Amino acid sequence: MAEFTMPSLGADMDEGTLLEWLVAPGDAVHKGDVVAVVDTAKAAVEVETFADGVVEALLVQPGTTVPVGTPLASIGVGPVAPAAAAKPAKPAKPAKPAKSARPARPAKPRRAAEPVKPAARGATAQPPVHPPAPVVRRVARDLGVDLATLTGSGPGGEITRDDVVHAADQHPAPAARTTPAPPAPAPREGMRVSPYARRLATELGVDLAAVPLPADGVVRAADVRAAASGPAPTAAPLVAASAAPDAEDRRQRMRSAIATVMSHSKREIPHYYLTSTVNLGAALDWMHERNRDLPVTARLVPAALMLKATALAATEVPDVNGFWVDDRFQPATDVHVGMAISLRGGGLLAPAVHDTARLSLDAVMAAMRDLVVRARSGRLRDTELREPTLTVTNLGEQGVESVLGVIYPPQVALVGFGTVVERPWAIGGLLGVRPVTTLTLSADHRATDGFTGSRFLAAIDRHLQHPEAL
Amino acid sequence: MTTPLTVPVARTIVLNALHQVVPDEDLTVLGDDRPFRSELELDSLDFLSFVENLSAATGIRIDESDYDAVTSVASCVSFLTARGAAL
Repeated sequence: MAEFTMPSLGADMDEGTLLEWLVAPGDAVHKGDVVAVVDTAKAAVEVETFADGVVEALLVQPGTTVPVGTPLASIGVGPVAPAAAAKPAKPAKPAKPAKSARPARPAKPRRAAEPVKPAARGATAQPPVHPPAPVVRRVARDLGVDLATLTGSGPGGEITRDDVVHAADQHPAPAARTTPAPPAPAPREGMRVSPYARRLATELGVDLAAVPLPADGVVRAADVRAAASGPAPTAAPLVAASAAPDAEDRRQRMRSAIATVMSHSKREIPHYYLTSTVNLGAALDWMHERNRDLPVTARLVPAALMLKATALAATEVPDVNGFWVDDRFQPATDVHVGMAISLRGGGLLAPAVHDTARLSLDAVMAAMRDLVVRARSGRLRDTELREPTLTVTNLGEQGVESVLGVIYPPQVALVGFGTVVERPWAIGGLLGVRPVTTLTLSADHRATDGFTGSRFLAAIDRHLQHPEAL
Repeated sequence: MTTPLTVPVARTIVLNALHQVVPDEDLTVLGDDRPFRSELELDSLDFLSFVENLSAATGIRIDESDYDAVTSVASCVSFLTARGAAL
């Protein structure tokens, strides 16, 4: 039997709140399946299972905060039990989380039946059965639906996005609301709409009744996108922003999580810093030329080139790619570049672009866009937060010329790109004007010396001079 | 486009396109002449999404060389109405 435990999603995390189960006892799961959503100090995260098997028991109720390492569910090896049976193949052996094979974890496993301290959440008149997922809260806010008035249809009475959308359909938001919301989706009679398309319609302000019915009668995301290019709605949604009740709370927890990990980094890691100016003329010319004939959706941004160049350089200088654990450097086998993403409302996350060095530029670009959207809507995967083997920060996009960052432990390097500025540049004895960026490296002196760091920066520079090979 | 691209319609489209990128921002306090990329802290991916939204809502092609013309609400409105009239 395997245990599915509260994961640690970084040096700054010592506990997490189970928000939602995406599986039930008896469900077959496979390695990599998302089985739960966990709220950390920084964000709601989708958590994958590492085990194949059948869910035997859910040991922790949604809304419960538990320390990292606490068993959340037990996963048995047996074949999928028929309908009623959440029973393991072995004769009634109650899932006993305490039987952990792992050596002494600081967080002691709790018994299944006793929920640990319930998550403190603001502003609930009724007992918080299950706090709705962030995406549900956001849709509710957008549609002007009061979550307190809803009865959830989800597992265990949880309020789902569909509940919110239905409520919005049935009871148009009260006129008293101070801020207009985007037009609520209102499907025609007999029209079937995929959940994603429904959400997209809400986000894009598309009236579902106006979407031409596809041949098979099911409206999908593509149909909504097509409809979104039609005439614009008449009223601009000039934004809600009546901060969610827990927004301030989340801000606080985010600050305190960042405080913990950054203080740890500065206390433990002997940083050294290197700076280099890189001519981006070739890279940007090549990119603009390539973008010229492409629709917006297929265009690249400089950050994609920078990320890929960094990943390729890290394959050549593997000493900067990995983790400092147990007083020694442990190189990573692949390069997963973490991308610092600032969150609206404060704070940041740095999820990984998986296997960055092997992806095409288009794939890197697509992964970056996907990560930004999911980071901000609270739908990152735990693996994405745990995976980065080094991080790139692109603060330069906000106008600063250079950023000398703080390493995110247990990583050993952080690469920064400053804003792209036009500067005089001498080539072959002649002076020209070129777009340049200040490339920086913050590195862990325990793992590497400045000589290695400078080889790494030189390699990034070299890759950026040959954009066609990226 | 069936609706003529008047200034008020264009303004609505621009604000909608921004709203989709930064749903939590209060756009009522954003001055029409303010550079929203820095005001709203849009990164290059956000800006690309904004351009995508704008293009999708109007059918107007916006090239990279046009990016300098779509930096504030007012400049976007001018750009869209000028291009819309040329269609």
